[in-house]
Amino acid sequence: MKTSFKISLISAAGVLAMSCMNFASAQEITGAGATFPAPLYAKWAAEYNKATGVKVNYQSVGSGAGIKQIDSKTVDFGASDMPLTDEVLKTKGQFQFPTVIGGTVPVINIKGIAPGQMKLDGQVLGDIYLGKITKWNDAAIKALNPTLALPDVAIAPVRRADGSGTTFNFTNYLSRVHPEWKAKVGEGTAVNWPVGAGGKGNEGVAAFVNRLPNSIGYVEYSYVKQNKMTYALMKNRDGVFVAPDDEAFKAAAAGADWNKSFYQLITDQPGKNAWPISTATFILMHIKQDKPVNATETFKFFTWAYKNGAKSASDLDYVPMPANVIGSIEKAWSQATDAAGKPVALK
Amino acid sequence: MSTAELLLQAHALEQSRLARYAQRKRVNQIALALSLLAMAFGLFWLFWILIETCVLGLGGLSLDTLTQMTPPPNDAGGLANAIYGSFLMVSLATFVGTPIGVMAGIYLAEFDTHSWLASITRFVNDILLSAPSIVIGLFVYAVIVTRFKSFSGYAGIMALALIVIPVVIRTTENMLQLVPSGLREAAYALGAPKWKVIISITLKAARSGVVTGVLLAVARIAGETAPLLFTALSNQFWTSSLSEPMASLPVTIFKFAMSPYENWQKLAWAGVFIITMAVLGLNILARVMTRNKN
Amino acid sequence: MSTTLMANPLPLNQAPSSQRVMSNPPPLKTARSGPMADRIFGWLAKAAALFTLGMLIAILVSLTLGAWPAISKYGLGFLASTTWDPVKEEFGGLVMIYGTLMTSVIALLIAVPVSFGIAVFLTELSPAWLKRPLGTAIELLAAIPSIVYGMWGLLVFGPILSTYVQQPLQAVFSGVPILGAFVSGPPVGIGILSAGIILAIMIIPFIAAVMRDVFEVTPTLLKESAYGLGATTWEVVSTVVLPYTKAGVVGGIMLGLGRAIGETMAVTFVIGNFNQLDSLSLFQAANSITSALANEFAEAAEGLHQAALMYLGLVLFFITFVVLSLSKILLSQLKKSEGTKT
Repeated sequence: MKTSFKISLISAAGVLAMSCMNFASAQEITGAGATFPAPLYAKWAAEYNKATGVKVNYQSVGSGAGIKQIDSKTVDFGASDMPLTDEVLKTKGQFQFPTVIGGTVPVINIKGIAPGQMKLDGQVLGDIYLGKITKWNDAAIKALNPTLALPDVAIAPVRRADGSGTTFNFTNYLSRVHPEWKAKVGEGTAVNWPVGAGGKGNEGVAAFVNRLPNSIGYVEYSYVKQNKMTYALMKNRDGVFVAPDDEAFKAAAAGADWNKSFYQLITDQPGKNAWPISTATFILMHIKQDKPVNATETFKFFTWAYKNGAKSASDLDYVPMPANVIGSIEKAWSQATDAAGKPVALK
Repeated sequence: MSTAELLLQAHALEQSRLARYAQRKRVNQIALALSLLAMAFGLFWLFWILIETCVLGLGGLSLDTLTQMTPPPNDAGGLANAIYGSFLMVSLATFVGTPIGVMAGIYLAEFDTHSWLASITRFVNDILLSAPSIVIGLFVYAVIVTRFKSFSGYAGIMALALIVIPVVIRTTENMLQLVPSGLREAAYALGAPKWKVIISITLKAARSGVVTGVLLAVARIAGETAPLLFTALSNQFWTSSLSEPMASLPVTIFKFAMSPYENWQKLAWAGVFIITMAVLGLNILARVMTRNKN
Repeated sequence: MSTTLMANPLPLNQAPSSQRVMSNPPPLKTARSGPMADRIFGWLAKAAALFTLGMLIAILVSLTLGAWPAISKYGLGFLASTTWDPVKEEFGGLVMIYGTLMTSVIALLIAVPVSFGIAVFLTELSPAWLKRPLGTAIELLAAIPSIVYGMWGLLVFGPILSTYVQQPLQAVFSGVPILGAFVSGPPVGIGILSAGIILAIMIIPFIAAVMRDVFEVTPTLLKESAYGLGATTWEVVSTVVLPYTKAGVVGGIMLGLGRAIGETMAVTFVIGNFNQLDSLSLFQAANSITSALANEFAEAAEGLHQAALMYLGLVLFFITFVVLSLSKILLSQLKKSEGTKT
């Protein structure tokens, strides 16, 4: 008995010791929010950790959760695809800045239809998600796709179950082009969906669409590319059916005036190559920082990302911010102060 | 009545008796066959789940799984930080929860066994035992995470400890009650103070049962996801600091399983395999210890 | 699970110490650990028990405080409304409550007969050497973590359910008036039916273990008397054992129900997270209280949305409380009637 007691005491002490040890505690910052840029942020964090040893722990919990967590100050930065208006930012005492631009893409899973074959427009998309179009061989879809073999089956719509900037992007687009959608459902990170099974995160929606036959969903483009999903072409404002890729996103962002305000919505933009459901994704931080060291680390991380992360971004089909915007972004950073009012170091 | 009619009557009675008996036998056979089917049904699911877990889990398991950190999507990696985080949080939650649980169990079994306070505590304990673990996670989020403005391993440990305590209380009390009062009486007769009787005699006699209870509690919290979702969050990297968000196997599995990335899904199955083996192992160990006691 | 340990008999072979000659009584040792130590120990034990009480009160208070904005705005009407609109800030819990109750009912419908069959097999049919391993095997189902059930349900079971059960069912019943409504909806392997079946598998071990335990404590005398009268095994079970143990059986069922109601992970994976009650279809995606909490709490803004979710948590707690109290009352009735265990 004595030996087993000793053994258990020693193991207890061991565990306690392990928990108190901080193996050369490297600096760590925590961010949470949008699943839209999550694959990219994870990649940047891994590369940044290899380069500097600093850990940037980003958790993709959804834009809604990201906004909530930065409001509660439980994370160092929040991430959201839905930009907050300047008035709201002022009330909250936060500021935002964009990191990359991407697009939300409708994806389908119909046997025999390859990526880029299905053509959709805002009206049809809205009707599907309103529940007005229920079968794939509906006349409206046939009109857009006269040569495609559309099966006589029910559509299984999939959307986000959690609060999502991707949802905001999608519903913002629908509200702009589909008056009935705007009246009935509106736009937001979480809306009262008339139809559709809910997946958690971009990952959840992509996973559902992959598994459910005859389904349609909307996901961020990098999820489409990484998982070789069947995307649809969208009719943009100029009437052209475009395929999603970083050129199309760049064309949509061409008209945005970042230097005026970071609150820019780039859905349904003019331009014959423009992808209609594009969005930038944003980082939210507090102006008054309780942990100025963490704020500095955050700035250092994003400086590195703007400088060295462009290739990873393009590999995953995100569009890096144009160089002339970086200056405005760094100017926005300089408004961060610590509790006493001293500006936070940017390097 | 003539003999012939009596004989005929007796024969008809015998026939109907035989027929009724045959029917009862048939009903009996059908019922027992159904119960055999039910047993096979239950075993079928068990084996199917276990086999799928083993096949898919072993497929994703490799030395990398145990040594590499959780990777970004579509990169190679492993589950090392999640395994370590789970191990740390589960162990510490057990260390925190077991003394409280054992002391409360001692109170219920040795002091004031029939007082109203004890009855209420027993009832409350049973409610907590069956409380949905997500509610406990919400509670710890509201009390600790928002107060300290950070997700942390500490919050995760608190949530898990709150799940350990009711299990340990229940088993400790049951085990202590099974210790024959003769043992206690003998100790009192020798002049030992109450606390010494409890610790050196009663608790020691019930020791293996209490340990079984602790093992069952550990098995339970090893697989819990919901309480960790809002407390420890998760971490892409290795962290040994409890004041930071900490990765854990169940939360990582949850995240990876719902994703469309193949490497993440493979890691999720490997994690599922690890957890299932650990929990099953603990359960079997607990059972073996109970048997050895007898 | 059953923990029936045999009590160790008191060793009776100690020589009475009065054999020692007490010419010099031993010096009165001042108790090194006097009544103070006892009192402190007692306080510590009591404090631990009070801590448990305090925990429950703290949880209830914290939930109620969090839910207060929703409680004061909706009152009990919350339980009857199906709107769940985070944009317009209109909330009602009926969809989730229905989902929780419906999946649990389906789980019970499947699990109770199966558990009964398993318990009968273990107590009446199985050879003695097989009882322990089979019993352990069934209890191992309870040891599998719920996230495993969720993953397996979504990735393995769902597609099979969709192809081999849902689609044929839909083909057969599609025209039929009431049954047809139950099997309408996309047969994709997620929804209330899938969640219900997976919950059933999860609660079978709990119900079966309790049933087996109570069947085993039926006095052998009663059973033997019935056998002596020529009853078949099934008749003994149905006319002697079951009525004798009915309180325990129902208590065990309640225990399983409580578990099903509170299950989070397994349900979240397969229920589809759709806040609707427009169709009664079992194949339609729906929502349960636990999956709503798991999905939406992290991002619910501090305000009516979070309060509504807390209100749901409170409702869940209350449902669990009611089910558990019923279970305890019934199980304690059995204890009273069985007297001492033989």
